Amino acid sequence: MILEVRNLTKAFGGLKPVEEVSFRVMHGVILSIIGPNGAGKTTLFNCLTGIYSPTKGHVLFEEKDVTGKKPYEVTAKGVARTFQNIRIFGSMSVLENVMIGQHTRSKEGFLSAVMKTAKFRREESEIKSKAYEYLEFIGIADYADADADSLPYGDQKRLEIARALATEPKILLLDEPAAGMNPQETIELMKLINRIKEWGKTVILIEHDMKVVMGISDRIIVLDHGVKIAEGTPKEIQNNPDVIEAYLGKEDIF
Amino acid sequence: MIKALLFILWISFLSLPFMGIKGALFLLFGISFAYGIFLAVKKSSIIFKEVKMPGISYEPRILYIVIFIILLALPFGLKDYYLDVVILAGIYIILALGLSVVIGFCGLLNLGFAAFYAIGAYACALFMTKAGLGFWGALPLSILITMISGFILAFPALRLHGDYLAIVTLGFGEIVHLTLNNWDSLTHGPNGISGITVPFIFGFALGSLSHYYYIVLIFVLAAIFIVRRIYYSRTGRAWLAIREDETAAEAMGINTTKYKFLAFAFGAFWAGLAGALFASKMRFVSPESFTFMESVFVACMVILGGLGSIPGVIFGSLLLVVLPEALREFQLYRMLALGTGLVLMMVFRPQGLIKPKTTINHRGH
Repeated sequence: MILEVRNLTKAFGGLKPVEEVSFRVMHGVILSIIGPNGAGKTTLFNCLTGIYSPTKGHVLFEEKDVTGKKPYEVTAKGVARTFQNIRIFGSMSVLENVMIGQHTRSKEGFLSAVMKTAKFRREESEIKSKAYEYLEFIGIADYADADADSLPYGDQKRLEIARALATEPKILLLDEPAAGMNPQETIELMKLINRIKEWGKTVILIEHDMKVVMGISDRIIVLDHGVKIAEGTPKEIQNNPDVIEAYLGKEDIF
Repeated sequence: MIKALLFILWISFLSLPFMGIKGALFLLFGISFAYGIFLAVKKSSIIFKEVKMPGISYEPRILYIVIFIILLALPFGLKDYYLDVVILAGIYIILALGLSVVIGFCGLLNLGFAAFYAIGAYACALFMTKAGLGFWGALPLSILITMISGFILAFPALRLHGDYLAIVTLGFGEIVHLTLNNWDSLTHGPNGISGITVPFIFGFALGSLSHYYYIVLIFVLAAIFIVRRIYYSRTGRAWLAIREDETAAEAMGINTTKYKFLAFAFGAFWAGLAGALFASKMRFVSPESFTFMESVFVACMVILGGLGSIPGVIFGSLLLVVLPEALREFQLYRMLALGTGLVLMMVFRPQGLIKPKTTINHRGH
C-alpha cells in the first residue's frame, strides 16, 4: 500500500466538497477517480498534494502521515501532480520547465552558482540530461528549446506530465489529462500512462473520458457530491446501480 | 495599425490641457510621423531579412574585450560633467539589477525599492560620520543592515500577492522616507547628513571623479557577473518558476516562501551597495533623494529594459539616466515623457526593449 486516505473531509464554510472519503491505493496500480462535475475530485487532489489542508481526516503516504504538509514537502516525499487547467511555466523553455521538476532532487545553492564550482557544473549538466530523458520519454524532445507556451495544447499537457515525472515521484496524480485531446492524442495518452505504470509508478487520475477510464484503470473510485459512492474494477463500476443513478439520474416509474 | 492611430490621438488629447491646441497638434503629427518611420523601418527590415546577409562571424569575447577597454579608458576622454552622469548611471545599474531580481525574476512587484537604497545610503553615512568607520568598513555593514531590512519587509509582505504586495511595499517606502525626514536626532531630518569622507586604499584617498568611476565600474561588473550566474542556476530557475505560476512552482517542490525571502534579501543586497556608493559619491545624503518617485524611476528602468533580462536592465538604466541629462531643456516634460514611454511600451512591446532569452541553448554560455 502506497497511499491511504482516512475519513478525509474538506469544508469551505458550510460547503463540503469532500466528505468522509476513505480509500487505499496499492503500489503500481492505475486508479481513476470519476464523478459528475462538482463531485469534489479536484478538491480531493488538492488535499492529497497539500494545496488545501483537509478539515478532517488523514492522508498517509507510505505509512507516514502527510496531512497538512506543504505542497513542496509532499512533492519532495514523492507525490507529483498535473493541473486541470494547464499550469506550465509559459515564458520558459520546454527543457527548463522539466529542469524545474528536478528542483527537489538537486541541492547546489547560491555560492556554488556564483563560483561555478565543478560540483555545480556537474549537477547542472546532470539536471539537463535527465530533463532531456523525460522529454524523450514523453516524446516532445524535439521542442526542447521552444518557449513552453508556443507548444500546441496537447503537447503542453504532455509537458506537464514530463515536468511532474521529473520530480521523480512514486505516485503521479493526473487531473483530467485527456480533456481537450482529439481521439488520436487520447490513444497516445493511454499508451503513455501505461508506460508510466510499467515504469513502476502508481498513477491516480481524474478523468471524464470513459474510454480512457475503462481502458486503463485497475480500480475506479466514484465520487458524487463529495461522497464516495462506489469503488471497484471497471466491470463492477459499469454495472453498479448507484453509479448509473449518479450519472443518469433515478428512473421515475410513474 | 488602427489601434496605434487611436492611441496617438488619445495621447495628444491628454496633452491638450497643458500644451495647448498647438502643442497637442504638434504632438499628434510628431508621433504619427515617428510611427510612420517606425513602420517603414520595420517593413524594410523584413525585406532585409529575405536578402541573406553575408555572415559576419565575430567572437563575442572580442566584443566584450573592446567594450571593457572603452570602459577603462572612459575617464580620460570624458569631461567631468559627463563622467558624473556615467557614475550615476553605474549606481543605478546596480540598483536596477537588484530590483530586477525582485520584480523581473521572482515577479514580486516592489514599489518601495528606494527605501532599501535609502537605508543603504544612510547606514553608510552614519557609520562613516558617527561611528568613524572608513568606507570599506561601512560598506559591508550597510549592506548587511539593508538585507536585514529586506527580511523585515518580507515577513508581512510575502503573505500577500500582486496588487496587495505592491501597496505594502509602497507603504514601506513611505515609512522609511518619513522616518528619515523626521528622526532629527539620528538623520538630521531634511537637512541630511554631510561630511562623509572619501574612501581610502592603503592611505591613498580615492577622492577624484575618475577614482569613483573605477570603484563603481568594479562593482557594476561584479553585480552583472553575480546576478547573471545566479540567474542561470537552480535558484534563478526557481525564481522564474514562481514568477510564472506560484502554485505550479510549489507543486514542483519549490519552497516558495524561502525563495521569495531570498529574492528580497538578494535584491536588498544590491540596493544597499548602491546606496553606500551613492552616499560616498555625493558625500551627502538627504531624504529628498529617496522619494516614491525614485522607486518608480527604478521600476521604470527594469520594466522599460525588459522584465527579467539583464542586458535590458542595463540598457534601461543607461537610457533613463543619460536621456534626461541630455534633454535638460525639456525637464518640465520629463515625467510626461517617462509616462508616455511606459504606456507605449506596454501597448506595443510589453516584454520590454530587450526580451529575455529563454531557450537553453542561447542560455548556455
